[in-house]
Amino acid sequence: MKTNPSPHAHPEEKQTPKHFILKLYVAGQSPKSIKAIANIQKICRENLHGRYELEVIDLYERPELAQADQIVALPTLIRKLPPPLRRIIGDLSDTERVLVGLDIEKA
Amino acid sequence: MVKPKQHAKTNQSAGLQKSPTGITGLDQITGGGLPRGRPTLICGGAGCGKTLLAMEFLVHGATRFNEPGVFMSFEETARDLTQNVASLGFDLNDLVAHKQIVLDFVYIERSELEANGEYDLEGLFIRLGAAIDAIGAKRVVLDTIETLFSGLPDPIILRAELRRLFRWLKERGVTAIITGERGDGTLTRQGLEEYVSDCVIVLDHRVSEQTSSRRLRVVKYRGSTHGTNEYPFLINADGISVLPVTALGLKHTVSEERISSGVARLDAMLDGRGYYRGSSVLISGTAGTGKSSLAAHFADAACRRGERALYFSFEESPDQIIRNMRSIGIDLQPWVKAGLLQIHAHRPSSAGLETHLAMKHKLISAFKPQVVIMDPLNSFVIGDNEIEVKAMLIRLVDFLKTEQITGLFTNLAPGGNPVEQTEVAISSLIDTWLLLRDIDSGGERNRGLSILKSRGMPHSNQIREFLLTDHGVELRDVYVGPEGVLTGSARLTKEAENEAAKLIRNQEVELRQIELERKRTTLEAQIAMLRAEFAVQEIASIKIIGQETAEKAQLAQGRVDMGVSRKVDAMPNKQKKSDPQ
Repeated sequence: MKTNPSPHAHPEEKQTPKHFILKLYVAGQSPKSIKAIANIQKICRENLHGRYELEVIDLYERPELAQADQIVALPTLIRKLPPPLRRIIGDLSDTERVLVGLDIEKA
Repeated sequence: MVKPKQHAKTNQSAGLQKSPTGITGLDQITGGGLPRGRPTLICGGAGCGKTLLAMEFLVHGATRFNEPGVFMSFEETARDLTQNVASLGFDLNDLVAHKQIVLDFVYIERSELEANGEYDLEGLFIRLGAAIDAIGAKRVVLDTIETLFSGLPDPIILRAELRRLFRWLKERGVTAIITGERGDGTLTRQGLEEYVSDCVIVLDHRVSEQTSSRRLRVVKYRGSTHGTNEYPFLINADGISVLPVTALGLKHTVSEERISSGVARLDAMLDGRGYYRGSSVLISGTAGTGKSSLAAHFADAACRRGERALYFSFEESPDQIIRNMRSIGIDLQPWVKAGLLQIHAHRPSSAGLETHLAMKHKLISAFKPQVVIMDPLNSFVIGDNEIEVKAMLIRLVDFLKTEQITGLFTNLAPGGNPVEQTEVAISSLIDTWLLLRDIDSGGERNRGLSILKSRGMPHSNQIREFLLTDHGVELRDVYVGPEGVLTGSARLTKEAENEAAKLIRNQEVELRQIELERKRTTLEAQIAMLRAEFAVQEIASIKIIGQETAEKAQLAQGRVDMGVSRKVDAMPNKQKKSDPQ
């Protein structure tokens, strides 16, 4: 169990570094929103050099997207790519767990 | 439906506005509907009809009260919901297309979700707000919002957010229904009743003795009076209907009209005119004494009068009833075809008592019969639920009486028990009680009918023998004599004996008459003879008397003549006197 995944995962990730498409839904300028935006931007900058797209959406401005993207809680970060779809809710203050949650190799 | 609306309006002035649900009965219980602009909690166990009730509230709002609505589902997809309610005749797709209803399925997959730091439910607020604004919704349903607790972490945040949500709903002025699953010892699993405190309705789906019944109860309705009982409700092809059927007191008007029982001789026993219209009739008897046959006669008679009859059978299927009744010469088929007779067959165990009552209530209200037959009552008694059965029957009888419907019930009396004691102790509800009994004698069983009671009419106190012939029920006088009550062939034998005895007596009388005649003739002859004899004697006597008289006269004459001839008799005396002068 311990030996098997690591040799497999290791060469794969090195060969084709994954491209990340992330969406962050926030609610206007609330403290949680501002924190979340700052946190994710920092994580992406530091760990995903140039291989990510981050879209920050203010749900107040585009409420129609809530239904399509199944938004209930805010802030919500959605990892559209690579699959599978992942969601993280909250202000993303725990960087380590965000990295694990999004399955990002720490740089 | 007009009434509750008016009711709501009168309440308006008192402060509390109400939103009619459009659900039969519920608006009556709540005095006009749910509190307008406030959230209402509807809770109950799985499968008790929460979603359906909420959906009906929304659909009726959109179609009948011009109040568009948002249905936010946390459990079922929009497609499932649409399909589920399509069976009730609600076309959600159409309503959605016409912007009458918004369906939103909130999907939270715990496995693809993770929490990191603080969050709130602002997303849900925005989403719901957008949906409300899109169609100008006045009604909102959240079904079942407690699902959030299993989907999202941190219950403390959730609780605070839900509290905020309900407050927000109030501020938006929408009439909301929040559904909740029943929890252990609490109305809802997450204790939503603490937050939603304006109106709480509990739905219940109870199973006792392996049959289920649905009930609804308004636990709380702040600022309004409401019925507090548990009311049975039905879910069928027309959706939910709640039946506020409780004893309304004994205020029903009574009719003087009499209707035939369908058996002429029985009518004769009942003061010559049959049952009272609107009365309740009980026919009780042991197995195979002809209870159903009498019931069929009654149904037949009603249809003949052009009235509608509703026949509830709890043991036989409609086809079986029709076939069996045909064998005694009652053809019910034409009445069924003509739409005058409806036969509904249910197993008593197919549903709970309340559900049965509700079903009957509904069928009776829809068919509007003049005559209702239930055959037999006691099949409802399963285990020791007699009290409930009685309560159900009281309500049913009460309902029938207020509607001026004549009810005829049969009751199978267990053999051995005193027949007068019905298993379902409902005798006090019954106006006319016919008793059918087996008379077991002379190696055969025969049926006897008597009237145990019949309120408000003089009735026969005689037992009649009850015959099932190929042209229906026939009642015969039973032979009551020194040998006891005779029925069947014993009665026939006795009748034959009587006939013979009568013949002999008749002959004797005839003989005596002849004798008398003979005596008279003889006597008359004798009299004639004596008369003739007497006449002869009379003539002879008269003759003798005549002769005697004539002789006497002659003799006297002769003496005078002789004197004359002697010239002495008178003259000598005169001469003698004058001589001395």
